[in-house]
Amino acid sequence: MADKIILEVARYSPERDAKPSFQSYEVPVYKEWVVLDALNYIKDQVDGSLTYRWSCRMGICGSCGMMVNGEPKLTCATFLSSYAHNGSKVRVEPLRYFPVVRDLVTELSDFLVKLTKVKPWLIRHDEPPLTQGEFLQTPDQLDRYKQFSMCINCTLCYAACPVVGLDPVFVGPAAIALAQRYNMDSRDQGTEERTAVLAHPEGIWGCTFVGECTRVCPKHVDPAGAIQQYKLKAALDWVKSFVMPGEHKSKDVRSEAAND
Amino acid sequence: MERQSNEAFFWTLFSAGGVIAAILIPVHIFLFGLAFPLGWLPAPSYEHMMALVRLPVVRIYLFVLCSLPLFHWAHRFRYTLFDGLQVKHLNEVIFTLCYGGAVVGTVLAGYLLWNMG
Repeated sequence: MADKIILEVARYSPERDAKPSFQSYEVPVYKEWVVLDALNYIKDQVDGSLTYRWSCRMGICGSCGMMVNGEPKLTCATFLSSYAHNGSKVRVEPLRYFPVVRDLVTELSDFLVKLTKVKPWLIRHDEPPLTQGEFLQTPDQLDRYKQFSMCINCTLCYAACPVVGLDPVFVGPAAIALAQRYNMDSRDQGTEERTAVLAHPEGIWGCTFVGECTRVCPKHVDPAGAIQQYKLKAALDWVKSFVMPGEHKSKDVRSEAAND
Repeated sequence: MERQSNEAFFWTLFSAGGVIAAILIPVHIFLFGLAFPLGWLPAPSYEHMMALVRLPVVRIYLFVLCSLPLFHWAHRFRYTLFDGLQVKHLNEVIFTLCYGGAVVGTVLAGYLLWNMG
């Protein structure tokens, strides 16, 4: 007979409820069960109306992020048994700071707009002909950006970041880390185009280096490090603008053009 | 663009101040707060220290040692007040008080070092 644990799950239907409430469900605890298994058990066996997002169950799709006992977690990678020993309850809520569509499902439009703004893709100003072959990279060049490329857009870092909560216009950790992933890529030529969004009070300068984003990242990306890296670059660019004013001016024109 | 440059300017001071506060100030605290008073190292005489302070390069060093960490403090304290107390509407007042404080401290340090010995 499996042990039991109480799951307190946030329930909210914007059409029906004035504010979110909690509903308790008793679920079995198996050694190999993660919090997502418990939610699936509730959905299948107890209450089919419970709504949440999930897909791959293996920490790749990034869709099952929720607050588990107040911590942003991927529920597919968070074992139920680690909460079971003090015979306590597990509280499952939608990710903090995001609008809620229903129950545990958050609205991601704002994040997707921010993500698109930093142009997280390879930008080339020249396209060499295919006959020249592929762009070769050394292991060192790959290492410069590889960890940032592990981001799965799960938005746990947004739910962990107090600046996101205080200042909703802040571009946020994942988007800046992904921008830096392309800035650091030897094949990319789009660093200047990303400057207008990144070196901005709503970009890197909004960050106060709390570091929670890096702590909660399930893929061991270091968004706080990416932001500090970029702050140093922006500060050096700013110093260079005095040393070489002409070059800086041409950069501004390009940034403004990128802004339009 | 102007705002962006401002942020880069204050962050550069913050960052440089942080490096000094983390690396050099502990050395001074160790030497003048522990090693000399507790006799772990032979303490230099007052005259010896004054002779050192009269050297322009030492004065510049002390000036930087006093000034930059103040800007580090100003930046941190600004965001501690701004985010910690959540008083967005007082941004200008906080900004002026924090960096103004650092400027006053810098001027005072410059004045004292200039008029020393």
